[in-house]
Amino acid sequence: MISRRRLLQTTAASAAMLATRSLPAFAENAPGVTDKEIKIGQTMPYSGPASAYGAIGKAELAYFKKINDEGGVNGRMINLLSLDDGYSPPKTVEQIRRLVEQEKVAFIFQSLGTPPNSAIHKYLNDHKVPQLFPATGATKWADPEHFPWTMGWQPNYQTESHIYAKYILANKPAAKIGILYQNDDYGKDYVTGLKQGLGDRYDKLVVKEVSYEVSDPTVDSQIVTLQASGADTFFNVTTPKFAAQAIRKAYDIGWKPLHILNNVSNSVSAVLQPAGLDKSVGIVSSAYYKDPTDPKWKNDPAYKDYVAWMAKYNPDANIADSFNVYGYSVAQTLVQVLKQCGNDLSRENIMKQAASLKNFAPPMLLPGITVNTSPTDFSPIKQMQLEEFDGKIWVLIGDVLTG
Amino acid sequence: MAQLLHQLFSGLANGGIYASIALALVMIYQATHLVNFAQGEMAMFSTYVAWSLIDWGMPYWAAFLLTLVISFAGGVIIERVVIRPFDKAPVLASVCVFIGLLAILNSLAGFIYTYTIKPFPSPFPEKAWYGSVYISPHEGGEIVVMLVVLALVYAFFRFTPLGLAMRASAQNPVSSRLVGIRVGWMLALGWGLAAATGAVAGMMAAPIVYLEPNMMGGILLYGFAGALLGGIDNPWGAVLGGFLVGVLENLAGAYLVGADLKLTAALVIIVGVLVVRPSGLFGRPVVTRV
Amino acid sequence: MTTVSETQPPTAARLVAGLPLATWRRIGAAAAAALALALPFVASSYHTFQFTQVIVYAIALMGLNLLTGYNGQISLGHGAFYAIGAYVTAILVSKFDVPYWATVPVAGAVCLGAGFLFGLPALRLEGLYLALATFALALVTPQILKFKDFDSWTGGVQGILIDKPDAPFKLPLDGDQWLYFFCLAIAVPLFWAARNLVRGRVGRAIVAIRDHPIAAGTMGVDTAIYKSLTFGVSAFYTGVAGSLGGIVTGFVAPDSFQILLSLYLLVGIVVGGLASISGAFFGALFIEFVPTYSDQLTDLLGDRAKALPWAVFGLLLILFMYLMPTGVMGMLRRLGFWLERKSSAGS
Repeated sequence: MISRRRLLQTTAASAAMLATRSLPAFAENAPGVTDKEIKIGQTMPYSGPASAYGAIGKAELAYFKKINDEGGVNGRMINLLSLDDGYSPPKTVEQIRRLVEQEKVAFIFQSLGTPPNSAIHKYLNDHKVPQLFPATGATKWADPEHFPWTMGWQPNYQTESHIYAKYILANKPAAKIGILYQNDDYGKDYVTGLKQGLGDRYDKLVVKEVSYEVSDPTVDSQIVTLQASGADTFFNVTTPKFAAQAIRKAYDIGWKPLHILNNVSNSVSAVLQPAGLDKSVGIVSSAYYKDPTDPKWKNDPAYKDYVAWMAKYNPDANIADSFNVYGYSVAQTLVQVLKQCGNDLSRENIMKQAASLKNFAPPMLLPGITVNTSPTDFSPIKQMQLEEFDGKIWVLIGDVLTG
Repeated sequence: MAQLLHQLFSGLANGGIYASIALALVMIYQATHLVNFAQGEMAMFSTYVAWSLIDWGMPYWAAFLLTLVISFAGGVIIERVVIRPFDKAPVLASVCVFIGLLAILNSLAGFIYTYTIKPFPSPFPEKAWYGSVYISPHEGGEIVVMLVVLALVYAFFRFTPLGLAMRASAQNPVSSRLVGIRVGWMLALGWGLAAATGAVAGMMAAPIVYLEPNMMGGILLYGFAGALLGGIDNPWGAVLGGFLVGVLENLAGAYLVGADLKLTAALVIIVGVLVVRPSGLFGRPVVTRV
Repeated sequence: MTTVSETQPPTAARLVAGLPLATWRRIGAAAAAALALALPFVASSYHTFQFTQVIVYAIALMGLNLLTGYNGQISLGHGAFYAIGAYVTAILVSKFDVPYWATVPVAGAVCLGAGFLFGLPALRLEGLYLALATFALALVTPQILKFKDFDSWTGGVQGILIDKPDAPFKLPLDGDQWLYFFCLAIAVPLFWAARNLVRGRVGRAIVAIRDHPIAAGTMGVDTAIYKSLTFGVSAFYTGVAGSLGGIVTGFVAPDSFQILLSLYLLVGIVVGGLASISGAFFGALFIEFVPTYSDQLTDLLGDRAKALPWAVFGLLLILFMYLMPTGVMGMLRRLGFWLERKSSAGS
């Protein structure tokens, strides 16, 4: 029954397609672009084990709503189709094909996760559909030579690790490093980055590497193992829940290493507060956007705009969740690209404009950090700044760094 | 040596949580001979209820008790409304319903409370009066609470007429009906008690693992393994199984294989034990009458 | 009922709307076959791709149904065999340049062996305990796939890309149409074999073990061998499906085989109907389309409901089980009986 109805639908659809094909229409523009609308698509894990990241998709929808309320970009509304893939690559492939072939979106924006994006990497490049700003920090999204239709956004995980490696070499050259990482592409990228950053010193300095699975209830056992290894420097590559557990457990068992916490989990209210602010003193991390729960931004105008937007367009979301800042800033970057495109919204020009961002500064990024791309540089954000937690706020250390 | 003690105690603390969810699984199993996959998500939802109550300013123990009552009622309602219609359906149809329930509760919790982790208060003091770093006051307290629940459950089934009626209706529904036990309500009651036990598990686990919609996923799995390891028809066995799984997992991760294979190692050991003792360590062997 | 058998010979009783039930079945099968052959020429590439996935799932469900539906052994871990099948194909294609079509039987054979070996110790486990053991298998498989010492083979957490094959022999088919027919061409003999298997002597033994293990044993059925073999054959089907799934998706990674896959497979056989051959297709339609449409349904509720696709899926699943507790095939069977009784009562 289902198949028959489907069949009728698709015949109708293909008939409609034939009809539109005979019109001259907008040959120069990408599919999905009309005078009134730019249709774009993405996949997000709204269901399944990674559903916490779904907040990013919702924030982006909310930001485009604000842009549309203000008249859109050059008079065109942004229509983002955000589909659920449950963080399962086969489903991503299916949903992306639906977006590209059925919904005829202009391009794919911010699909989330390294495995899902890997699964569609080749398909999108073969079909010359821009894969803009995938929401993952893997390094492979910056390869314009082989994948000219794919461009990442955030500083990649390895870059961040390089910054920590430099910090350790400069401040604690005889460190005994213990690493806790999530056993997936994200965790391993950080470890690889540290390896590159420390070079041949890696084997000497790193005394223990332990991993955890997302399904583990706690990382307590791993922390005990790290302490027992004699490590005096703790490189903590974990997602928020596990980061909070690790900070608390290390404190509770009396382990006081130099604690380096990855950027993914340095939110004050979502990680440090649950772990205990007193237990978090002295943690070193790095940032490229403003932590919405860090009191030092309270009077920052960009922060006030952000809060106003959250209140009006994303009221259900948790204001403490830095995924909202992330989604807000990426969405702003996209709006900038579309503005630069003017009235030429061909896929070629969208990629060309994405590759010509010059000193664009989304307001919620840290002061001094800007978005820059060129035809040979597909890593929009390359800068970060080290910071240390003083029990109340993150105190920025030194200058903005490039990994 | 210090590390070994550390690993042991941390394993016991985790084991206490697994044990409590294992206990909840046993209760439903005793009443229906089914394993409720949604047990973990029900416990998670109860914990959010407790969190809301505390957030509104209720003192901890009042919120604790009220949550137990609400969870009990919720369990009874779920049984009456969702599970009852599948009374006569094949077992696997019920399993599908559990999977559906799991999906609904998980998604709903994320929708209502978002996925950001929430700290959940512990009723136990922050500082250990006994000055030991091996086990935090909450971890110790959680194990005690766990054992109290176990004793209560045991006493309930062993010494009260209602407990007896519940056991009877699970073992022989037809005869029970004949002697005047309302078997349907006994099942609903079983669900209510399991939900309340799960709520305790959730409220004891949340200060350790933090409150978020996926918090019980891993715990349910270990609880399931613990219940089967100990013997799913025996509350004592299931609780012991839960503790064993917690310790086993830590020791395997620290000494046997790397942490990346600790789940694998623990599960291989458990399945190995089950192959030797197919009804679990303390379970009654199944005797089939031809 | 008794009056029916008195007044009419049993064969004539099986009439529905003037035609024997068997004829109706044949008409149904012919219509399904015609539809299956015509589909890729009328549907878009995207829909063809979706239906290819349906065929793949149907093969996997057929395998699981042999084990769980016919033999009564509950497996919560068939996603593991699906994963093994997919990885065998991916590794052979990417590391050893084996043509993709040649990897399918290899993937099946590896899973046959793995299933048989796993089935041996699992013999001692019954019901829930077997469910746990298989569940453990499904949990452990992704961990082993990303274990660091196997990285050079499995690609670790990054997974492996497989190039999408084109139609051979200059057939006038595009890639999606070709893959559809490729999978269909593998599915048809597999289903035919499964049908013959369960209807023959072996099938009766398998079902007897489910219904009366002890009685089957006393009647001379070697339950141990039959159970392990059923496990192997079941894993073979699921492994072939995994292999095809890998080719169709063009990518394998540990994240493709989360524990949910195993649960969805279980849902699939229950929804389709336990112990039925054609139920696999209905089950496959369900697990392919219902999650997708759940997501679309949430759009109707507005942006705020964006986090709810799983809740909608759960609701649809419970509703479905409520309406058809014995699955689609169970309902069709009952419908058949009912029509039969009605038409024979009328005549």
